[in-house]
Amino acid sequence: MVLECKHVWDYISEFLDDSLPPETRELVQKHLETCEICSAILDSTRNILILTADDRVFELPAGYSQRLHARLAQEIHPANNRPEKPTQDQD
Amino acid sequence: MTIANASSPDRDEAQMIVAIVAGDWELYHSLIQPYELSVYRMAMSFVKDETEAEDVAQEAFLKAFHNLATFRGQSKFSTWLISITLNEARRRLRRQSMVRMESLDDPPEEGGGVSPALLRDWREIPSEALERWEVRALLQGAIEKLSPIYREVVVLRDIEELSVEETAGALGISISSVKIRLHRARTMLQKELAPKLKLAIPKKRRWLSWC
Repeated sequence: MVLECKHVWDYISEFLDDSLPPETRELVQKHLETCEICSAILDSTRNILILTADDRVFELPAGYSQRLHARLAQEIHPANNRPEKPTQDQD
Repeated sequence: MTIANASSPDRDEAQMIVAIVAGDWELYHSLIQPYELSVYRMAMSFVKDETEAEDVAQEAFLKAFHNLATFRGQSKFSTWLISITLNEARRRLRRQSMVRMESLDDPPEEGGGVSPALLRDWREIPSEALERWEVRALLQGAIEKLSPIYREVVVLRDIEELSVEETAGALGISISSVKIRLHRARTMLQKELAPKLKLAIPKKRRWLSWC
């Protein structure tokens, strides 16, 4: 069985996750060895996912952590709240 | 750091949660520390504005605290925190979308296959390229352009690196839905980004540094 490009595109995501059944994976692999378009699609998709996952894409704003803990300290202080007694947003 | 590997094996989160609910509320600061970036990043991929994302993150951490007594340990604390963050982000999104008069609840999931951008060759783009703000902006923009059902799976699976099963659990959808959405979302990202990144990163940069 020979796969057409269109069908290979449908398998790219699972190919990257290594979750294709072995026989399908082999067919896709064979196609990729001879098809420069499909292998460029695979390479670019993999590359884009690696870039997307990089911590630099969505960085924490300066002071985020301090502001978060300051707000938590203010709102979860036992004088104001207890975990088992949810309060409604007041502000 | 991703939410999938934020918690180290020597942290006993169940024990910490018991102590917090029993009154050691200050321990909550330590409990959430490994998840600060993940929760912000998840919020940021939905609300698009740094200040609002920060607000969503704060609300999510506060909600998690207030509901901590209801956390029974049937899932990991991180998975539970993800659901709370997603709900908070969706709530904001729905509020904004009502203003824009568009529905986010039933985007067309089935039908309409997505095709990738066809390229003849691909030159690997190194992660140093992310030092350039325009490359970061391209990636952020492409994620923001995805509709929420696709954005969710990309953020959980590809950014927070949860497994397909964990992603399905956090979103309350089937594993096959995760795979279908993931396939479409990744194809949409490739289609949107591959041609732009190719243009943004010239073939040869012999004398210019990335910064």
